[in-house]
Amino acid sequence: MEYFNDHRRLYLTALALFVTLTLLVVIIPAISNQTNNGLLPGYELPSDEVVAGKALYIANGCVACHTQQVRDVAMDEVWAERPGMAADYAGNHRQDFWRNTATLMGTERTGPDLTTIGTRQPSRDWHLLHLYQPRAVVKESIMPAHPWLFEEKESLDLKDVEVTVPDEFKAHKNMKVVAKREALQLIAYLQSLKQIKIYNPSAVAKFLYKDEAKQGKEAGAAKNPGAKGQALYAQHCQSCHQSNGEGLKGAFPPLKGSPIVNDDNPELQITIIMRGYDAKPEYGVMPAVGTNANLNAEQISAIVNHERSSWGNKGRAIPPAEVQKIMDMIKNGK
Amino acid sequence: MIYQMTFLDAARAATVKTENLITAPGIVITLVLLFIPILIMVVLLLMKIRKLFAIKSAARLAGTNGDLLLSTTDGLLKNINQHAAVPFVSVKRKAQIRPYTDPKLASLILWFLISATFWLILGTTVGEYVGIKFVAPDVDHYEWLTFARLRPVHTNAVFWGWSSLGMIGLGYYVVPRVSNVPIHSTNAGWWTLLLINSSVLIGSLLLMAGINNGGGEFREYIWPVQLLFAIGLALTLNNFLKTVAKRTTKEIYVSNWYMVTAVIFAIVLTIVGYIPLWQDGLGETITQGYYMHQGVGMWFMLFSLGLVYYFLPQQLNKPIYSYSLGILAFWAQILFYTLIGTHHFVFSAIPWSLQTVAIIGSMGMVIPVVAGTTNFLMTFMGSWNKITNSYTLPFFLVGIVFYFTGSLQGTAEAFRYTNLMWHFTDFTVAHSHLTMYGIIAFLLWGCMYAVVPRLTRVEPPQLGVGLHFWAAFIGLMFYSISLMVGGTLRGYMWMDGKPFIDSVIMMAPFWLWRAIGGTLMWVSHLAFAYNLYRMIAFRHTVNDTMATEPEPEAATYEIATAKG
Ligand code: HEC
Ligand code: HEC
Repeated sequence: MEYFNDHRRLYLTALALFVTLTLLVVIIPAISNQTNNGLLPGYELPSDEVVAGKALYIANGCVACHTQQVRDVAMDEVWAERPGMAADYAGNHRQDFWRNTATLMGTERTGPDLTTIGTRQPSRDWHLLHLYQPRAVVKESIMPAHPWLFEEKESLDLKDVEVTVPDEFKAHKNMKVVAKREALQLIAYLQSLKQIKIYNPSAVAKFLYKDEAKQGKEAGAAKNPGAKGQALYAQHCQSCHQSNGEGLKGAFPPLKGSPIVNDDNPELQITIIMRGYDAKPEYGVMPAVGTNANLNAEQISAIVNHERSSWGNKGRAIPPAEVQKIMDMIKNGK
Repeated sequence: MIYQMTFLDAARAATVKTENLITAPGIVITLVLLFIPILIMVVLLLMKIRKLFAIKSAARLAGTNGDLLLSTTDGLLKNINQHAAVPFVSVKRKAQIRPYTDPKLASLILWFLISATFWLILGTTVGEYVGIKFVAPDVDHYEWLTFARLRPVHTNAVFWGWSSLGMIGLGYYVVPRVSNVPIHSTNAGWWTLLLINSSVLIGSLLLMAGINNGGGEFREYIWPVQLLFAIGLALTLNNFLKTVAKRTTKEIYVSNWYMVTAVIFAIVLTIVGYIPLWQDGLGETITQGYYMHQGVGMWFMLFSLGLVYYFLPQQLNKPIYSYSLGILAFWAQILFYTLIGTHHFVFSAIPWSLQTVAIIGSMGMVIPVVAGTTNFLMTFMGSWNKITNSYTLPFFLVGIVFYFTGSLQGTAEAFRYTNLMWHFTDFTVAHSHLTMYGIIAFLLWGCMYAVVPRLTRVEPPQLGVGLHFWAAFIGLMFYSISLMVGGTLRGYMWMDGKPFIDSVIMMAPFWLWRAIGGTLMWVSHLAFAYNLYRMIAFRHTVNDTMATEPEPEAATYEIATAKG
């Protein structure tokens, strides 16, 4: 190749090829993407607290373990109602002079996807304790503790937000753990993470790969409802009420021995799951877990029966048909 | 509406259907690829054992226990410059008598390699610590040492500190050598060294302090920090170009095609990755996919391949099998590799057409990979016996094998179905270690063991090199196999709709094995650092050796010690 014996020709050709391809696969698509995707109707401008919280999320590198993207494949259905779309990210701009845009889509799911964590886990108390020490709420968690977002105090000031930390997780047993402003900002950000609802179904991509094999398995699971109930409980309730059903003092009530759970009439129990609950001042607020996760009657029956038959509870089993009736009642505003 | 289903989306929905997991092509390919390095490891070990056995029986033949010098003049025994008493590693052939290297350049190169090794040790110590945190998340609670801040410290230090400095340092040896002229300026080299070292140092500290660019991998340093790096590159580019321009050969040797182009592309990459004009919303993600992947393919891979085109023939003492194959691979690499960036975001909200282009590009990657591998293996052909006698060639062999398996694994991962299962799991982490470590680090080590003795006239301790090689290789296998198995199981669990926390619990033993593999790798780096120290600290000053007669050839040296 005589032609390339001239170094200028060689390197300029390579450069030209590379730059042309770069324009085609990156720069032009990126520009067209950012100009053609407006904000979704219903998008709310983030508050200052939320913006500060996002900066903390970035500074502490949460994106290393958490994605914020829901792909249009069936396995991602647990994370959101619909797959993500380009417009979901349109509100992201350059952070400041020093720092780039952060869509925080992430590349690894060492921890759960957080696209809709604001709906899935709206409880501030839960987040506070979890941030302070994840293993206090989720025993097997490997998420880092973030004690620097908190301070220890001997006595509380008026505006202090105290975190009820079990003694074994405290550095000093006689001190009180108080959330710093940063912790509250970070949680404000987490609480703001929700998916904007889209009412036009044709605008939304479908979840793909809903395979028959899985539906077969589902049928198989129906034969063994105990296992299914336990799995659903682990997925939707356990992080608060704990696998031993004992809850966490000062934050989440025990289901073990709960009169509501053992009641022959399941109405309140199911209403709590579908509507959330905030009856007792000594505990936090329970979100509408069942509605947020789109649980159906069969799934709720499995969960309810798991609770009624575990940890020494001896409630009556509730068949799906009965659950369905109560759910309809709730929906119609009873 | 903005987000209507395009016909591509429709086509996509049509092509996607259930496949049986184990027979999905991507998975079959990956499994097959996985066996190759294991097979090579077994073969290498067998070669070792056979050789050991041959020495033992030779010793018996000679009626000794191997302590005495074995020598025959009748050609009955060959390859006998061995002490049977040291069975763990065999004494390798010494490096050839070296051509002259300007002492000023030599010391620049050595400082590049020393800095690189410093970042290797530091970066992998951090990596090891981060790996331990998966097993023991509460080992410490310091803000600056939290997992998610240290992780990018690790990745960036091994990228920009270890691999980049190592490559550029070796480049300073190769570029003038194949141009047959002295380097244009050693001063520019020192500036590059200083700038890149400062960039990695400042960058690491800022990351630990919580100041980063926004979460795109390998783009975590904020722009002023990465700018230092880019200026360093620009200085070196200018230097290399001027050296190539002065060359006394008519053709530009293929190594210089690869290496100089890699520097040019790395600069383009930094510009594209850091200019904010196309980075609003998903634009950031599209840029990120490109940046991250081209960093690997156009900077590290291209440059390292250039090094191999010089060092492999040199170490085998024969020309490269096919010059034109190298050139074909060069253009094919640029063409296909540039297309594949977005394959990290398959199924995401990125336009489907782009994802498809990425998948097609991933398929096209087979061409340069197969061309490159064939070229290297054909160069090896007929000289396989040299491997057991050399301490550099095993590194090259492993690097080349991983080049083949690692790159094709990337292709397999881009298949939609495999992507579905492995995406977001630790499988990706295994893949990046198979490539950045299995390919790049091993090739760099091979090159360094070839260059340093030529500059300092001191061979590395054999036991040290043996320890380095085997600990790194076995460690990497532990590391990646455990993560691949764990990642696959985790993907399965997600597809099965199991509670997320169950998949965390399931990973625990695999994370433990990963930490064990990582520890072996880390130990191997200590061995490497020690070897480097030995070669440099015990060096005869270059001027000295140029004045005195050349060092005795390997065989004479052996005989002398055996007699003594
Ligand atoms: C080492 C990886 C890792 C890092 C870093 C990490 N997390 Fe986590 N995170 C996890 C894991 C694993 C879980 C699941 C177990 C649990 O709930 O603790 C989790 C769970 C969560 C949850 C609950 C999600 C749910 O669906 O219940 C939230 C919220 C969360 N993390 C927020 C954060 C924030 C905020 C940061 C950064 C300050 C962060 N994480 C950093 C691994 C990590
Ligand atoms: C975000 C944490 C959280 C999650 C997740 C959660 N709960 Fe609760 N739950 C609470 C809190 C807090 C209360 C107490 C509310 C109050 O009384 O003020 C509560 C109360 C209850 C009660 C009433 C117990 C009693 O004796 O008063 C039941 C029953 C219950 N939850 C069931 C469930 C089930 C079933 C699920 C899973 C589908 C679930 N919870 C998920 C936080 C949670």
